Amino acid sequence: MPPLTRWFIKFSFVYLILGLLSGLFLAAQGVWNFYPPAALLFPTYFHLIAEGWITMLIVGVVFWMFPKYSMEKPRRSEELARASFYLLNAGLLLRIISEPANEYYAASVSFWAVLLTLAALLQWLGGMAFVINTWERVKEK
Amino acid sequence: MPPLSARFIRYSLIYLAIGMTFGALMQTNAALVYYPRLWKLLPIHIEMMMMGWFIQLAMGVAFWILPRWSSSPTPRGNERLVLLAFWLINLGIWLTVLEVLIPFSWLILAGRLLEVAGVTAFVAATWKRVKPFGKQ
Repeated sequence: MPPLTRWFIKFSFVYLILGLLSGLFLAAQGVWNFYPPAALLFPTYFHLIAEGWITMLIVGVVFWMFPKYSMEKPRRSEELARASFYLLNAGLLLRIISEPANEYYAASVSFWAVLLTLAALLQWLGGMAFVINTWERVKEK
Repeated sequence: MPPLSARFIRYSLIYLAIGMTFGALMQTNAALVYYPRLWKLLPIHIEMMMMGWFIQLAMGVAFWILPRWSSSPTPRGNERLVLLAFWLINLGIWLTVLEVLIPFSWLILAGRLLEVAGVTAFVAATWKRVKPFGKQ
């Protein structure tokens, strides 16, 4: 399988573990209530699994397996695919740091808010890059 | 890939694009709080990502890749049932999403019912294709 696919899949495995660990943390907090702010982690937990594990696994395998774009460029744009890798991962990693922090320091627009906005933009660009690079590979032959 | 798979997957990519756009708008609002009413997009974001992107991408690929019936005029089984599943699921998504515009909880109920019917139809059409090599 192509190197980029391997990167996507290995990262997705790590996100799965991170996601499950945060879920475990949330569950423990639910039982023992040792750190009430932990509830702020819920969107992070959810997106680690939905975006980090599932979506990145899909993106990696789709990049590998979908029909050829053309004979000269079987996977269309390698650069755009690599860009989507960096954007999605940078966005998600920035998100998992800034999203809980932004809620925790909710009093005013802060440094974390700026990071969270940047994270949103990076994730969005990464997702759009993937859609653009994949659209024409959805074909009959 | 078969045309029906292409249809599922194209729709799933569109839902991904719309869903991620709404998600980015909400995340930015969580940070900068410029338009709180953006939170109304949350149910649409969730429905489009879960039912629109994940489930339909999986169905499109499954319909394409799962073992086929080698000695059958329809190697991928009952295609009409799968097409019905496609329409039921998507109509279900649109009804659920419509509720955000027209706050009438029956819309969500109807939408979910259609989604359940659609997924059940897909499972019924696909179950037997999960088979060992050579089995008829």
